[in-house]
Amino acid sequence: MYKMAVLGDYDSIYGFATLGLDTFPVTDPAEAAKELHRLASNEYAVIYITEHLAAQIEHEIEKFKEQMLPAIILIPGVYGNTGKGVEGVRKSVEQAVGSDILFSN
Amino acid sequence: MASTQVTPTRMELTRQKRKLSTATRGHKLLKDKRDELMRQFMDLVRENMELRQKVEAGIKSANTNFVIAKAGMSEEILNVALMAPKQEVYLEVSKKNVMSVDTPVFEYKTRTADSNDIYAYGFAFTSSDLDDAVKSLADILPDMLVLAEKEKACQLMASEIEKTRRRVNALEHVIIPQAQANIKYITMKLDENERSTQIRLMKVKDMMLEEAHHYKEKQKRA
Repeated sequence: MYKMAVLGDYDSIYGFATLGLDTFPVTDPAEAAKELHRLASNEYAVIYITEHLAAQIEHEIEKFKEQMLPAIILIPGVYGNTGKGVEGVRKSVEQAVGSDILFSN
Repeated sequence: MASTQVTPTRMELTRQKRKLSTATRGHKLLKDKRDELMRQFMDLVRENMELRQKVEAGIKSANTNFVIAKAGMSEEILNVALMAPKQEVYLEVSKKNVMSVDTPVFEYKTRTADSNDIYAYGFAFTSSDLDDAVKSLADILPDMLVLAEKEKACQLMASEIEKTRRRVNALEHVIIPQAQANIKYITMKLDENERSTQIRLMKVKDMMLEEAHHYKEKQKRA
């Protein structure tokens, strides 16, 4: 049985706790990276992470890209949408096709 | 182009021919795999993008609702209200094989069946804005899960496509031309060897006949 986790600053993620997701409020990048690894090796299949935090630990997130689990998904935080999530989708198109032919406009 | 060392023997020739036929077959198969992966990826990534925009909009409005809820009541009461969640979600993960790429399929289960268990607080001290906020977030959760599934599948397929494309290119531009060049080199070398053996035999035959019959001397005398 797997669980879902949410990582990010407290204000952005506290709502998810009521839905039954496990929330882990972190703001420090080093701490977040450590937490991410801990969650990934535990029974978490989906980890939502705020775009703001994800931008600081991009390198760590990259490591999990080729594994089936966990799925690390960026979500916008309370301080607005940085466009990082859409950027991620665009990046995978670029990786597959060679250039972004779908969403370039 | 025989830059690599190949010994011009028949055995090597058969080996190279076999290598070429395997490479050609592999190339065709991998090309098919790449095309099919690409087709599926295109569909998936479009859905992915749509879903992402929807989820992002949903979360944004939920966040706005939470900010409003927070403004309407004191921080302590809010914290207390959200401190002990009643509901818990679990995930059932299964695999789906798409062209040899294992993609995850998530199915979520809640600890209690009651959909009202997301409100883990008494309604007396909290504002109704909080209920709306929680509700709006709960509504977006199923979409978020589908997004997780799709986005992961996209990432996995993208890296698989990249790998397959590299393999196809390596076969097409390196392995196959190399094998063809080697085959050509060996056949030419073998032909050349055969001709030189033929000539040598003719020469030897001439010499032996000369030895036996002394044609040249007879010719001189005549």
